[in-house]
Amino acid sequence: MPSLGADMTEGTLIEWLVGPGDRVRKGDIVAVVDTTKSAIEVECFESGVVDRLLVETGATVPVGTSLAVISPAGEEAAGLTPEAPEAVSRKQPASPPAAATTPPPPSASPEAGQSGGTVAATPLVRHQAEEAGLDLAAVHGTGPGGRVTRADVSREAAAERPPSTAVKEEPAGRGRVRATPLARRTAAETGIELAAVTGTGRDGAVRVADVRAAAAKRARTAPESVAGQREALLARPEAAGAGPHKAETGRDAATTVHDAAARLTAMRRTTADLMTRSKREIPHYYLSTTVDLGRAVAWLRERNRELPVPKRLVTTAVLLKATALAARHVPQLNGFWTPDGFGGEAAVHLGVAVSLRGGGLVAPAIRDAADLPLPEVMARLRDLVARARTGRLRASETASATITVTNLGDQGVEAVFGVIYPPQVALVGLGKVVERPWAVNGLLGVRPVVTATLSADHRASDGSTGARFLAALDSWAQKPEEL
Amino acid sequence: MSPDSTSNTTYREELREAMREALARDERVFLMGEDVGRYGGAFGVSLGLIDQFGPDRVRDTPLSESAFVGAGIGAAIAGMRPIVEIMTVNFSLLALDQILNNAATLLHMSGGQVAVPLVIRMTTGAGRRLAAQHSHSLEGWYAHIPGIRVLAPATLEDARYMLASALADPDPVLIFEHGSLYNLSGQLDTGCGPVDLDTAAIRRPGNDVSLITHGGSLGKTLQAADRLAEEGIDAEVIDLRTLRPLDDTTILGSVRRTHRAVVIDEGWRTAGLSAEVATRIAEQGFYDLDAPVERVCGAEVPTPYAAQLEEAALPQTDGIAAAARRTVG
Repeated sequence: MPSLGADMTEGTLIEWLVGPGDRVRKGDIVAVVDTTKSAIEVECFESGVVDRLLVETGATVPVGTSLAVISPAGEEAAGLTPEAPEAVSRKQPASPPAAATTPPPPSASPEAGQSGGTVAATPLVRHQAEEAGLDLAAVHGTGPGGRVTRADVSREAAAERPPSTAVKEEPAGRGRVRATPLARRTAAETGIELAAVTGTGRDGAVRVADVRAAAAKRARTAPESVAGQREALLARPEAAGAGPHKAETGRDAATTVHDAAARLTAMRRTTADLMTRSKREIPHYYLSTTVDLGRAVAWLRERNRELPVPKRLVTTAVLLKATALAARHVPQLNGFWTPDGFGGEAAVHLGVAVSLRGGGLVAPAIRDAADLPLPEVMARLRDLVARARTGRLRASETASATITVTNLGDQGVEAVFGVIYPPQVALVGLGKVVERPWAVNGLLGVRPVVTATLSADHRASDGSTGARFLAALDSWAQKPEEL
Repeated sequence: MSPDSTSNTTYREELREAMREALARDERVFLMGEDVGRYGGAFGVSLGLIDQFGPDRVRDTPLSESAFVGAGIGAAIAGMRPIVEIMTVNFSLLALDQILNNAATLLHMSGGQVAVPLVIRMTTGAGRRLAAQHSHSLEGWYAHIPGIRVLAPATLEDARYMLASALADPDPVLIFEHGSLYNLSGQLDTGCGPVDLDTAAIRRPGNDVSLITHGGSLGKTLQAADRLAEEGIDAEVIDLRTLRPLDDTTILGSVRRTHRAVVIDEGWRTAGLSAEVATRIAEQGFYDLDAPVERVCGAEVPTPYAAQLEEAALPQTDGIAAAARRTVG
């Protein structure tokens, strides 16, 4: 049972998405766990084959309990008889050294790289990685544009397995999704899972029209899910069969052991505990500054003019990116306070407080926010808010924030003095963007401005550190074109 | 503006006018080949030119392709601008040694000192019941050879205006005239002027599938596109025009818009020009493809004599339309 938040001590296993014998890769979603806050998808940390499940659906176990046993693909498969002995005699040209003694799997059943959808690699390389049991996303690509090449897969495969160990490959089980190159590319770009798309092409091949239809369907259902999320949150067990999410994924929606009222109460209590702990333990100090957004707003207006509506950027994205860069610039505010003192984090995982309309609060993270281009920050923000509100966050998002932003501007608040999420050491508050008389170089004009505040842990940093942080945030907000 | 702009003309007449113009404009230009003089050419292309320009500039040659192509190469090296006519592409194989080993290589072998500004015209293709020794489409073979340029005029305008550009090229240029096109008639668009020899032409714009063809298959492909349009499939038709060097920009630009491609080539499928075009699409446009590339090619048999068999052996409108439908689904 992974820790899905600093405050989590136990979790309830709602749903297994894999079973014994299934092949899993690092990063696959294997289970849904209910915390006191929401149903969260649990990612797998290892690649291999599920040997057995240790925790039954519905059971509540402490954090750290083993949920399942995963065998490395090679060992598990060694016990299997190859299902296609005729394939053994087939010559595999230029096969990687580590696989030289292994029979290639039957050519009729290449397996799909579902999670590898965003990795640039040719179909052959995908197939090869599949054979070698490698997660393409974890392979460093040396080809043009970072493309993963055969040599990369061979190198990785050789590194993963000692060459002397003659392991037999497990014949690939599930069928690779038949999809055209364009459909594959479009699916990766739009975040559509190919396996969930019904192909209308020859032999059921997924074509770009199928992917676009799935994307359009998602776009149509997304507003509904926001509108209907209160019901979804309040009546999750009953909504299991009817939720829009279910139609998308084909999975049963989370079936929770809590009833709606209990869920809200539990979430309230969790927030209460966390915030009490924060105010009890953390000596907060608060700083505030007003940021001139004249340049940013003008720049966004120009830029958005060229973009289709769904790709347009909002001021919040600029401020989030500026915050992330400021956190990198002032690392004393980016990290965790532990009994041993402050520990800084190299990556900036920017937590974003999302209030759930049914009540309650979550703060999932935009991972590596300082390294993402602005449009990607915007896309992640949209995605995160939508999924937070439908109760489908991933473990890596809920537990990893290194600094958090809370933005109450859309509710008309001008300044937020927030409470830090332990064990983080800083929280940034953003208010409403308002027009104010503003003097620049002795001339008075009307400018859009926003009040940015910092709540910081005085154990980890001093006011001057916080001041540098806000100055950096302000400075980045003046250079939107560099974000 | 010539009177041609309003009167009906044919592909054959425009080839002739192009030669007449070239002979009149540049005294280094002369025509030679089997029966091009007194007989007027095996397909009547040079009819009457000997009367206007005399037997020195419109020369009948003995039945030896190797000899008269070799003579043309020599004349070109010596400063002339010869147009050599070979009766059909099948016979050009007798001159392949001259074309490949001399015309295409001399510039290279001489370290850039000896250019060969030679133009060779020949008939290609089937559809006229001339059987297996007069009907093949071997222009794809020539497109394999570095050092020469290979053209396939498929319209009245290209028949008229490609020759001048070919003569201006300092290197050997081969022009393949599809036999079924000689009687193609229509009105010449004189406004198009001199043509470049580097670009393919989009003969019909469309958005759903790219039909890529050249020469004698262009008309059938346009017909197929018309039929597809009735079914709601908006096909784009590309005329390659220049088979070497291929215009990747136009081909890939089209496929990036339509995401589907059908290559139509009367030549044989195996190791043919269609294979080259399809491969380039796969190499450069793989991630833009939404369907496998289709090919419609000549059947892999010696071209039959019997009319029905010959028709069955060649790409036809039905087959082209069917291939396009397969890509669109």
